[in-house]
Amino acid sequence: MEKAIIIGAGPAGLTAAIYLSRDGFNPLVITGAEPGGQLMFTTKVENYPGFDQGIKGPELMRSVIRQAQRFGARLVNEEVEGVEFLDGPPFKIKTGQRVYEAQGVIVATGSKPRLLGLESEKRLLGRGVSVCAVCDGAFFKNKKVAVVGGGDSAMEEALVLSRFAAKIYLIHRRDEFRASKVMVDRALSSEKIEVVYNSEVKEVLGDNQVAGVRIFNNKTRVESTLGVSGVFLALGRIPATDIFKGQLEMDEKGYLLVRQGRQSSVPGVFVAGDVGDCRYRQAVVAAGQGCMSALELERFLKES
Amino acid sequence: MITLIDFYADWCPPCQMMGPVLEEVERELNGEIEFRKVNVDEERDLAQKFMVMGIPTFVIMKDGQELDRRSGAIPKEEFKKWIKGYLERE
Repeated sequence: MEKAIIIGAGPAGLTAAIYLSRDGFNPLVITGAEPGGQLMFTTKVENYPGFDQGIKGPELMRSVIRQAQRFGARLVNEEVEGVEFLDGPPFKIKTGQRVYEAQGVIVATGSKPRLLGLESEKRLLGRGVSVCAVCDGAFFKNKKVAVVGGGDSAMEEALVLSRFAAKIYLIHRRDEFRASKVMVDRALSSEKIEVVYNSEVKEVLGDNQVAGVRIFNNKTRVESTLGVSGVFLALGRIPATDIFKGQLEMDEKGYLLVRQGRQSSVPGVFVAGDVGDCRYRQAVVAAGQGCMSALELERFLKES
Repeated sequence: MITLIDFYADWCPPCQMMGPVLEEVERELNGEIEFRKVNVDEERDLAQKFMVMGIPTFVIMKDGQELDRRSGAIPKEEFKKWIKGYLERE
């Protein structure tokens, strides 16, 4: 049995790992598919203390991973499929490969991109459907694409794509944007970006690659088709808490409820980072909560 | 012999995450399959021929035929299991 298992390897999970490993608790970090977390997808980070000239997100996170490993934290690149916390400790954590047991757990799974929830979207992921304009934008040189969403991230994706694509339809289900005014102005000033208001994507079309989207205008009640070869989803993020349903208490949006001392609804299971934070969502906050939950976990283990 | 083609770019975050995963899986499968890395910036034509529209994309090939493909970051053991599934059908 492990003393401490950390689920997630962003700033929260890795900071917890640094503390726990330095203090001799030999933590195991189950990283999931994306060790390093969201900062791996950013360019320059300028508000993380200690880097007066800014630092690239991936560079920062690779350094944090090495820092945790230096003190003996073990990282396994597996995805958690389910947990049994209610009768713990020992707390059981099941990945695709094995079942781990731990005396204490820190949940730091962060968030994931919100999807439309269509079968066609899932089938065509990587075949024209994308959640990462920075990664995939270059494949759509001189092509028509759609961006779905209405927040800052949608504006940003559309602007990134305007460097490559011939035309960008910005599909939004309302008649005004949630995004900040400065981002909306920037996006709307691009001649390549055309806004399609009051419209919901009902289907992504295409067999082996995206050929278009079927949209429904919720004002006029008319359905139509847009011919595009790429669909970029920018619908914001949701907490990665599916695996904790029925095990840990969460709010109506799926964020884990956090009690005094970073504790979840189960004693011995602690929460750090965006998975329990819909308010700040900052790397430095996540790191701070990672530290707090590590210290609380140490106290829990000593007292039990 | 099965070939796994990895379409990637140096600047793509999920590709960077998959870098060490690929190295480990290649070592663990120890010559059972052939690994081929394709930098999409350098081999644009090949990426186009395979209709790659997102990276990383992993394509499993046998005798010039595509058997399967997946895109995005995949946890190591799942990735290995996916490839092994095709090895066992050999």
